[in-house]
Amino acid sequence: MAVVKVKRPTLRWYEHLFLPSILKGLAITFRHAIRAVRGKTPGSAELASSGLGVTMQYPEQKWDDHLPEYYRGVPALVTDEQGRERCVSCQLCEFICPPRAITIIPGELTSQDPWAKVEKAPRDFDIDMIRCIYCGMCEEVCPEQAIFLRKDYAMTGTSREEMVNHKERLYEIGGVRKGLVNKWNELK
Amino acid sequence: MDWASLLITAVKIIGFTFMVIMPLVAYSTYAERRVAAIIQDRVGPNRVGLPLTLFGARKDLNFFGLVQPLADGLKGLFKEDLTPAHVRKSFYWLAPAFTVVPAFITLCVIPFGSEITVFGRNVQLVIADIGVGPLFIFAIASLSVYGITLAGWSSNSKYPFFGGVRSCAQMISYEIALGLSIIPVLMVFGKLNLTDIVAHQAAHGWLLLPLWGDGLSLQNWLLLIPLGISFVVFTTSIFAETNRMPFDLPECETELVGGYHTEYSSMKFALFFMGEYAAMIVGSALIVTVFFGGWSLGFGLDHALLQNADGDWKWFAGFIHFGVFLAKTIAFILFFIWVRWTVPRFRYDQLMKLGWVVFFELALFNIFLAALIIAAPHLGAVKTIFIGVPTLLLVAAIMFFITLSAEGKSKVRPT
Repeated sequence: MAVVKVKRPTLRWYEHLFLPSILKGLAITFRHAIRAVRGKTPGSAELASSGLGVTMQYPEQKWDDHLPEYYRGVPALVTDEQGRERCVSCQLCEFICPPRAITIIPGELTSQDPWAKVEKAPRDFDIDMIRCIYCGMCEEVCPEQAIFLRKDYAMTGTSREEMVNHKERLYEIGGVRKGLVNKWNELK
Repeated sequence: MDWASLLITAVKIIGFTFMVIMPLVAYSTYAERRVAAIIQDRVGPNRVGLPLTLFGARKDLNFFGLVQPLADGLKGLFKEDLTPAHVRKSFYWLAPAFTVVPAFITLCVIPFGSEITVFGRNVQLVIADIGVGPLFIFAIASLSVYGITLAGWSSNSKYPFFGGVRSCAQMISYEIALGLSIIPVLMVFGKLNLTDIVAHQAAHGWLLLPLWGDGLSLQNWLLLIPLGISFVVFTTSIFAETNRMPFDLPECETELVGGYHTEYSSMKFALFFMGEYAAMIVGSALIVTVFFGGWSLGFGLDHALLQNADGDWKWFAGFIHFGVFLAKTIAFILFFIWVRWTVPRFRYDQLMKLGWVVFFELALFNIFLAALIIAAPHLGAVKTIFIGVPTLLLVAAIMFFITLSAEGKSKVRPT
C-alpha cells in the first residue's frame, strides 16, 4: 500500500461557521427519523423488520424463514420410513458430547421384534438442554444418522427438569427422515 | 401576605415542580431514548407497559413503552446505593442534591402561563414574579456546577475528577457568553421581569417573529440581525451550560468512562440525570420565554381570542397559555435531543476556543450592534453615520483582532 498523505481540507469562510454543516446533519437525522416513524426505514424489507428502524421485534416477528440450511438448533432423534428408531444406542454421541449433555441407557430388542437384527435401541435417551452447546458433534459422529440439529431455538422451561428432553420429546421434535443410510435395513 | 396567597404559592410550587416538571423530566428521558432510536433506525424502549399476562390476560398492554420512566425510577430506588470506601462522604452525598436543587429552583421565575381566576382571585401562573428573572436564573443555574465539581472531586478517582474540572472550566467560559448574549434582548425589552417580557411579546410580536403588533418596521428588520446572533449564541451556551451533547465533556462516556458520576450508583446517579434534564427543561423554557414569546399564542391571537374588551384575560386564557407554553417547551426539548444525536462531541480545545474566542467576542460586538440600531432613531442620521457606525466598526475590528491573535497564538496543535 502506498502511503496516502491526507491533507486537511481548507475550509471556506462559511464552512468556518459550522452552521451549514450542522444544518445538513440535522436534515439527515430528521430524514432518518421521519422514515422510521413512517415505517419505511431503508433496509427494513431485507431485514424483515417492522419498518420502525431495522430492528426485528422478536416475539412478533421471527427470522425463521431466513434460517440457513446449516442452522444448528435443538438436537433431536429421527425415525426412518418404516417408523423405526434409527438410533442403535451405540453411545458415540454420548461420548463425543463436549458438555456431556447426552445420557443414553441402551436397551435390547427382543428376538421377536421385526427389526431384531439391529439388536439394540435406546431405552432412554436424555439431552439436557441446559448443558447442550449446540455444537453439532453428535450429528457429525452418529453412524446411523439418527440425531440431527433442528431449526428450533426457543427452548424454554421454568425448571431444570423441564429443560431435559426425553426420548419421546426428541422423536416428536425430530420427526421422520427419509432416505440416507439404513445399514441393517433388509429392504435395501 | 395572607394565608390564601401563601397557600396559592404552595400549590403553585408543588403543582409546577412535582406535577409538571418532574413528569416532564421523566418523559424527556423516554423521549431522548425514543428519538435517539428513530434517528439511528432503531426501535427504542417500546415494551414496558401493564404486565397483564401476569394476571392471566392474553396480551400485555405496552402503550409504546410509556411506562418505561416509572420502571427506571423504581429501579433507581431499589438498586443498592453503593458508597465506595475511598470517597469523601459528606461531599459525595451532597453533590447530587447540588445538581438537582438549583435546576428546580430556577423554575420559580419561569412564567408558565398568563393568569387564571381562582375564587375571584387572579393567580399568575408563575411561582415567584420577581423583577430580575433572567439574572436570577443565571445566578442559581451556575450553582449547579458545584454539584458536578464536588461530585468529581469527592469521588476521589481520576475520571470523575477530570469530569469535574472540565465542567468547571466549561461553565465559566460559557456563563460569560450566556450573560452577554442576552443583553441585546434585555435592551429591546427594557425590563427584566419575565412575565412582563412575555406580555410585551404577546402584544408586540415574538422577539424572533415580530409579525404583529408594531409589525415589521425597518428597525425591527435590522434588529433581527443582532437578535438572531443572540439566539444562536444563547442557545449554544445553554447547550454548554446544561452539559448537553455537543458539549457534554464533563461526562464524556468515550473518554472519561462516565465523567463526574462514574462512582455513583442507583438513585444518586438518577439524581444527576434528573438535574441535567431539569436544567435542559429550564433552558428550553427560558429560550422559549425570551425569544419565542413564552406562553403567548402569537399572531395577535392573544388579543383577539383571549382578552376582554378592557384588556383583562378571559377566565380560560391561563389554561390555553399554559398548554401553549408546554407545547413550545416540549418542541425545544425535542430540538435539544435532535441536536444531541446529530452533532458529534467537540474536542476540549475546540470547546474552549468556541467559548472564549468566538462567542465572547461575538456577543460583545452584538451588544454594540443592537445598541446602535436601537439608538439610531434617537441619534438622528448624522450622528448615527459619523459616530455610531465608526464606533461599531472599531469594536468589530478590535474583536476581530482579538480572535485572530488568539488563533495565531495556539501553536501547540493537538495531534
